Amino acid sequence: MAALLDVQNLETKFFTQDGVVNAVNGVSFHVDEGETLGLVGESGCGKSVSMLSVMRLVSPPGRVTGGKVFFEGRDLLTLSEEEMRDLRGNQIAMVFQDPMTSLNPVLTIGQQMAESLRLHMGMTQAQAYKRAIELLEMVNIPEAANRIKDYPFQFSGGMRQRVMIAMGLSCNPKLLIADEPTTALDVTIQAQIIDIVKSLRRELGMAIVWITHDLGVVAGLVDRVQVMYAGFIVERAEVHEFFNNPLHPYSLGLIGSLPRLDARTREKLVPIEGLPPDLIELPKGCPFFARCRYRVAKCQNENPPLKPTRRPGHEVACWVASEKQMEAAQ
Amino acid sequence: MSSAEPSTILQVQDLKVYFPITRGALFQHHVGDIKAVDGISFDVYRGETLGLVGESGCGKSTTGRGVLQLYKPTGGDVIFKGQSLIKSRPNEIRKLRQSMQMIFQDPYSSLNPRMTVGSIIGEPLEVFNLLPKAQRRERIQELLKRVGLNPYFINRYPHEFSGGQRQRIGVARALAVEPEFIICDEPISALDVSIQAQIINLLEELQAEMGLTYLFIAHDLSVVRHISDRVAVMYLGKLCELTDRAALYDNPMHPYTKALLSAVPIPDPDTEEQRQRILLEGDIPSPANPPSGCRFRTRCYMATDRCTEEEPEWRNVGDGSRAHWVACHHV
Repeated sequence: MAALLDVQNLETKFFTQDGVVNAVNGVSFHVDEGETLGLVGESGCGKSVSMLSVMRLVSPPGRVTGGKVFFEGRDLLTLSEEEMRDLRGNQIAMVFQDPMTSLNPVLTIGQQMAESLRLHMGMTQAQAYKRAIELLEMVNIPEAANRIKDYPFQFSGGMRQRVMIAMGLSCNPKLLIADEPTTALDVTIQAQIIDIVKSLRRELGMAIVWITHDLGVVAGLVDRVQVMYAGFIVERAEVHEFFNNPLHPYSLGLIGSLPRLDARTREKLVPIEGLPPDLIELPKGCPFFARCRYRVAKCQNENPPLKPTRRPGHEVACWVASEKQMEAAQ
Repeated sequence: MSSAEPSTILQVQDLKVYFPITRGALFQHHVGDIKAVDGISFDVYRGETLGLVGESGCGKSTTGRGVLQLYKPTGGDVIFKGQSLIKSRPNEIRKLRQSMQMIFQDPYSSLNPRMTVGSIIGEPLEVFNLLPKAQRRERIQELLKRVGLNPYFINRYPHEFSGGQRQRIGVARALAVEPEFIICDEPISALDVSIQAQIINLLEELQAEMGLTYLFIAHDLSVVRHISDRVAVMYLGKLCELTDRAALYDNPMHPYTKALLSAVPIPDPDTEEQRQRILLEGDIPSPANPPSGCRFRTRCYMATDRCTEEEPEWRNVGDGSRAHWVACHHV
């Protein structure tokens, strides 16, 4: 089966006064139809920028400097701005982290929702409002018919995020990109949202790229996990495989530094020492070299490529992480 | 904790912190109150970590500030080492503050960008006139070293540091006056996961070394479970449940605690597949106009008529060896 989204060697840089920030450094990945991919990493690892690049929403001083982004066989990076606008919100939709700043404060919820329906689906204003009410009901907004006349400030954070999701889904996109959509929310509200997303995914069968730093959310939601560090993909695997058998030292570090609700005993956390590298002056070798507990001499000079391992579907970018060695180290 | 009677360092009794709502631009009149903290009581024992958890807007940070008298409480009493902070005169409170410090949430806005690290950490020493000037620099460098920063950083400015390093500076500032009790107000929620663990470990080490007592305020239940000896759960200005760590996480009694725990994602796909979530309906009501009776009843899956009419009593349902405080009619 051909992939819905196929990203090849994508490179995005920000040309700032301090120098060139290497935000995304040649990443390749694909998303199948109906699949949920979890994109995991800490702030500044390039997870949001890589998806913004796919949407062609990187703004100056940032620029996509290389690579190809195939969506249903068409390279998005070669489309005209008009063709791209036609696609955005229609075939590919994006839901952002902060629902307060991504909704227009001076338009009612109904006006904002109707806009994309009129543009992409060719609906009349009345049809669009009717559909908008249905969508709000779908994401469990009570009294949707009345609330549609309200402004964003009259909604709570969780409700605004549900509105954003409803807007994202309004044109039945084939791909939904969700950029940390629950990070700003409380856990009980987060659980509501994830529950809604799961049932909508079942009903509508769309593919999702879920960007997050929360491994807990990833475990319960996605099919495959892709870990990014300093603009590189360092590990990729099916979700069970990833949590049962993480290979990259950074993934191990992330899991080790997480206090768990179901921990049997109170073990000391194992943090990752040090800080991520400066993206303006990337190290020559592995970007994780300076913080890695398993490093060898080779790591300092050569950046390991993302390579398949003997375990099916499991790829890792690490010289040391051949299975045996990692098992012995654990 | 069961054998010897634990000594209490802080008692909070029926603490209330209200923020007035006013109308009118010139002649403001008082039309209501945001009841951020509405009558809560708990003790903190010497040397322990008491975790205070709840969702945004539940009043957990206001509680911390009310305890330190950074907000003037509307009612109730705060007794620190046997002395009431409410009844004390300002200069007496000032003296007591030397033993009570705070670590703030946002390491970006809690450090003055125009002061060097040395003057930030040295300021409390100066305020309390603790060391002769000549020895201060040495003490500051010692503090920097203790929190894992290079002592040569003393003349640098906050913007030269990352979030995790700034939080270490915040910790060093709190430690400067050798406090006994520190309120940690969401000290790690602005940090990345790998950095969070560094700060948690640092706080734990310092506690073991100096016998510090923490009130650890956070919204992340996994972190609170990791660091706390006892845990209090707060909802809309009131406490729902308070007991020791194991009892709260293994045997939660309040419906809100149960829902909260079930909502926390666990980084294990096999566990996640089998978990039953208790999904709460709706959002947190406004603290200006909280529901009658039990405040949780509008979202509670166990609510009955009694919950509307009668506010549940804050009572101890534990056995002799272990206190278990809860406020619910259905327990």
